[in-house]
Amino acid sequence: MGGLQKKKYESGSATNYITRNRARKKLSLSLADFRRLCILKGIYPHEPKHKKKVNKGSTAPRTYYLLKDIRFLLHEPIVGKFREYKIFVRKLRKAYGKGEWSGVERLRENKPAYKLDHIIKERYPTFIDALRDVDDSLSMCFLFSTFARTGKCHVQTIQLCRRLSVEWMNYIITSRSLTKVFLSIKGIYYQAEVLGQTITWIVPYQFAHNHPTDVDYRVMATFTELYTTLFGFVNFRLYQTLNLVYPPKLDGPGEASLRSGCDEDYALDSESYSEKLSALSASLARMVPVMEEEETQLDHFPAEGEDLEKMEAREKAELERDAQKNLFEGLKFFLNREAPRESLAFLIRCLGGQVSWDKSLCIGSTYDVTDETITHHIVDRPNVDKQYINRYYIQPQWVYDSLNAKMLLPVEEYFLGVTLPPHLSPFVEETEGDYVPPEKLKLLALQRGEKPQEEDEEEEDEEEDDDEDDEQSEEDEEEEDEAKLTEIEEKRTKGKSLPVKVTPGKVKAENRTKAEQEEKAEEKRLAIMMMKKREKYLYEKIMFGKKRNIRDANKLAAKRKAHDEASKTDKKKKKKC
Amino acid sequence: MSKLKSKKRNIDENEDEQLPIFEKDSGKDGHLDDDDDDYEGQADLSDSEESVFSGLEESGSDSDDEEDEEEDDDNVSGLKSSDVEEDERTGEDVQLSTKDITEPQSDSKGSKDKKKKKKKSSGEKKEDESVTMTSQRDEGLKILSHVDEYERDSSDEEVNASKLLLIWRTVQDKMTGADIRLSDEQVELVRRLQQGKFGDVNFNEYEPAVEFFSSEVMIHPVTNRPQDKRSFIPSLIEKEKVGKLVHAIKMGWIKPRRPAETTPQYYDLWAKEDPNSILGRHKMHVPAPKMKLPGHEESYNPPPEYLMSEEERLAWEQLDPEDRKLNFLPQKFACLRAVPAYSRFIHERFERCLDLYLCPRQRKMRVNVKPEDLIPKLPKPKDLQPFPTTQSLVYLGHSSLVRSISVSPSGQWLVSGSDDCTVRFWEVSTARCLKTLEVGGAVKGVAWNPNPSVSLVAVSFDNTVLLLNPGLCDRLVSNSTDQLISSYEDPEESKDQPVQWTVSEGEDHEQGHRLALQHPKAVRQVTWHGKGDYLACVMPDNTSNLQVVIHQVSKRRTQNPFRKSKGLVQCVSFHPIRPYFFVATQRYVRVYNLIKQELTKKLMTNCKWISSMAVHPGGDNVICGSYDCRLAWFDLDLSTKPYKVLRHHKKALRGVAYHRHYPLFASASDDGSVIVCHGMVYNDLLQNPLIVPVKVLKGHSVTQDLGVLDVTFHPTQPWVFSSGADGTVRLFT
Repeated sequence: MGGLQKKKYESGSATNYITRNRARKKLSLSLADFRRLCILKGIYPHEPKHKKKVNKGSTAPRTYYLLKDIRFLLHEPIVGKFREYKIFVRKLRKAYGKGEWSGVERLRENKPAYKLDHIIKERYPTFIDALRDVDDSLSMCFLFSTFARTGKCHVQTIQLCRRLSVEWMNYIITSRSLTKVFLSIKGIYYQAEVLGQTITWIVPYQFAHNHPTDVDYRVMATFTELYTTLFGFVNFRLYQTLNLVYPPKLDGPGEASLRSGCDEDYALDSESYSEKLSALSASLARMVPVMEEEETQLDHFPAEGEDLEKMEAREKAELERDAQKNLFEGLKFFLNREAPRESLAFLIRCLGGQVSWDKSLCIGSTYDVTDETITHHIVDRPNVDKQYINRYYIQPQWVYDSLNAKMLLPVEEYFLGVTLPPHLSPFVEETEGDYVPPEKLKLLALQRGEKPQEEDEEEEDEEEDDDEDDEQSEEDEEEEDEAKLTEIEEKRTKGKSLPVKVTPGKVKAENRTKAEQEEKAEEKRLAIMMMKKREKYLYEKIMFGKKRNIRDANKLAAKRKAHDEASKTDKKKKKKC
Repeated sequence: MSKLKSKKRNIDENEDEQLPIFEKDSGKDGHLDDDDDDYEGQADLSDSEESVFSGLEESGSDSDDEEDEEEDDDNVSGLKSSDVEEDERTGEDVQLSTKDITEPQSDSKGSKDKKKKKKKSSGEKKEDESVTMTSQRDEGLKILSHVDEYERDSSDEEVNASKLLLIWRTVQDKMTGADIRLSDEQVELVRRLQQGKFGDVNFNEYEPAVEFFSSEVMIHPVTNRPQDKRSFIPSLIEKEKVGKLVHAIKMGWIKPRRPAETTPQYYDLWAKEDPNSILGRHKMHVPAPKMKLPGHEESYNPPPEYLMSEEERLAWEQLDPEDRKLNFLPQKFACLRAVPAYSRFIHERFERCLDLYLCPRQRKMRVNVKPEDLIPKLPKPKDLQPFPTTQSLVYLGHSSLVRSISVSPSGQWLVSGSDDCTVRFWEVSTARCLKTLEVGGAVKGVAWNPNPSVSLVAVSFDNTVLLLNPGLCDRLVSNSTDQLISSYEDPEESKDQPVQWTVSEGEDHEQGHRLALQHPKAVRQVTWHGKGDYLACVMPDNTSNLQVVIHQVSKRRTQNPFRKSKGLVQCVSFHPIRPYFFVATQRYVRVYNLIKQELTKKLMTNCKWISSMAVHPGGDNVICGSYDCRLAWFDLDLSTKPYKVLRHHKKALRGVAYHRHYPLFASASDDGSVIVCHGMVYNDLLQNPLIVPVKVLKGHSVTQDLGVLDVTFHPTQPWVFSSGADGTVRLFT
């Protein structure tokens, strides 16, 4: 009669998963400790393929962890540390209650501490793995470094975050690996390419935070704990790759000591060094003195077909990248005090420019406003009292847009008091059928090196709007053109109507193409009819998505058109007035 | 005073009012009254005493006394109202009275105190009273309570003052039972204890304290003892211990505590990168997706088209935060200086954190197909020609929906039956209506005899099936048909038939009517056998077994092939070659062998309600149209289940038809379209049959939710006729 009857849910997927509560009981941890452990070890719930099978026939919503993950946690030394900590807290509380102050002190001194090094090593066995996952830690550290030193979390954490983020920025400056930047309403997005990995992070604008009440800071703190550890190791390794000293030291100590006199006013002795580092104005010390870097030429391999195209594209990208790296080489910037100093200094230094600011604004300024060699003065106010002749006064957006465009954009549109052109996201890569804003098209044309006349004319139109005569003459010309056209058409129609002969040769040809198209469309329709049910569903879904995209694009285009027309009429009205 | 008096008056009134009630209880309250009397007497006594001993009292105090008395009166009334209260008070009063007696020499102050106590007795609560109450509870005052009890017991008796003096001082010793008279000192002691004072008169509680340890340094030491020697000599044990520690430090056994390290130490964690150390877990690892990168609309200065219009903004605000496509409102700022902090920054970071550790992850295979790849590769319709492609003729004339059409075997004529009670004969090539016959009801079905040597058309309306000779074809054929019908001779023994055969004569005959078959029920469909002798009629009725009848025209005989009803019959059909008969009920198609008279096959159509059916002229394939938009294609040799189900139409199918020569079949539907399919069955059995839709023919307009009602092919040409609810018949070539 065969073997024993197999029981349900004793093998297969039901045994591979474990619910969160059961996992917690298995590890005998409190929910908070379990959460911390999961965060630190990177254990996350899994969605089983067949929920009902795993849930023993029930469809109640539950979170499942892989049983293997939980088993893996059982032998984690940090679980022991958690227990020690719990005991420590209990002892401390007792000592406090009894008023044994010496005991409290002793306990405090022997507070159990744990290190996360092994966890980092285990989660990211190779450096590249770590680098790939560094996005979130960057954003988090940058956020924490902007927190006030009081309240929400430990001062040490904030200081550490600040230190690490400054280290990171210094690394990016030294390696010149910033590729994109975007001023959004949420914050400033940066994107860098570090050792072939694209890393994106967001930095909030420099304002005091309004701490929300519905955010669990313990969770954030746990994440930060992990992230700072990871981030520190990543920084160390990155500095090593560039032969930089870690922790970072400024290059040229003589200069630093020279200026130390005035720095004392600004910050305490203990802090002035880190502040100077964070000013981002000086370059870092290297372990090995810098050799003149030889540009490593890409080796050429014989390639054919697609490979060749790819190769060419790669080479082109490489060239562009190099150009972007040295975009601001030789330019000297001065930041007015209302411009966001840190972000701009970071950007300018990343692109090889020199930057300075008012001495009273921040530590580490290298030259004064009066410096004659300054080429660009970045101002974020409608006008400046005293203007020097031999420099451009521009708004900060120029720096960001130039970085994204990988070229020095014409400064005219960014002068003081001028309405800025829209700031576009560099992260959007339009595929076929997507809506492309006209500014982007213009930019692409500029990048290609074209100076399309049309646009020039348009610009001129916009600029020379004052000259009414010109425009009127143009309009007249247009009118004349139209009149001519109509005349020609009339003639043609007359020519047709007089002789009764009909020569529909051309029309037929068009019909043929049309007929062909129709035929093809019909073929397609018939083929769609013959699809299987499942495929048809999928096809319809895809087509629905495509149609929605097209609709969205059309909507945007229509909106733009309406806006342009409205602005044009406004202009004309103004002109008439 | 006047107020008080008025109060009293009020109380008196109250008394008057209450009087009858109390009269009832008077017997019960008798002794209380006595008590009162007694009490009053005592009060008087005290008053008299007071007046005696307090010569300093003024008239005001007298008035007070009066008040007291009045209040006492009040008390009396109050006493009457509640027994418990009264009890307590009497107790107190008695006490007080005794006190009065005990201190005959007390000064006016004492009397005042007493008076106050009296006031207390009148209902007001004061501290002193509470003191007395507590003192009563005191053990030391038991004696006094004894005295009270004694007094109370003896209250009935008439006692004089002197005897009373003796009695209240007398205490019964519990041990011996003998009465002891207390001396004056003892009484005084009791009184002091009662007042909460020390028993000893001479004891002063508030003597100034002598400070031994004060801030002042005294000249003389507290003790005169000289200091020990050991206080001058260092401890040996301590010396030993210190020496040990010093030695340990010297030897480096004890190290100073390292300062706690606050800053973490970083080093090259990945110095020894070992690709083998990658655990199996990492292969199962599902990395978290990165944050979505921002688009143009998130810019602080976006292009104008990305800003929301007023309606869009309102719609955005009304949506749930989870449903919003963007989690922020696009905004435009003139300069970077004006950009404020984003209030939800920490929220978003936090949500990301939650996603990272709480969100269940699952690998999902992303369908990365181009939609073009999903479309099956079919042979081009061009290669499958000929098939009808365009509408070439419209046969106009009917005023109501045309239910049925049929083409003559020669392909020259077309007959159509409509709801306007007419049958029209058309010439196919010219769309000319040659003949119109009025019949007595809405025509449900028409069928041209497939035998080319016979010119007969079967028309069904109401209960009647009419056999017509249209007289359109060759005269020879027409005559021979007439002869065939007239040559019939009645058999000797007339059988009972369910159908009545009548020969048309007179005017009807002129019009072409030849035979009329009166059925018991309404006839829905008529079909001819391929040879043209047998005619099957369907009379759908779920209850009886007489749903299908087969007529033999040459012998004017009618058979009822089925003894039992198997469900509502939708349509029937003859096998073109073999003696099979197809009966379509609501869900199944049953195939009967007419010779063996048995069921050979039952086809499961997977449809909800079959509407029409057609058999391939080869006899191997059957198609079924259904009201649930499906067309099932059967291969009879292969299976009883459909080889293919086509869902091409959007609405119910009304008619299906096979072409006699070409591998074509057509289906007509309520959505107003006719779909022509290429259905090729290869002789090579290994090759799958090819079923491809080749053309969607549109032309009929949909009226009253009905589109195309019937479809039929031309017998020789690849043409298809369709009749619709709009009263037209159309020809597609």
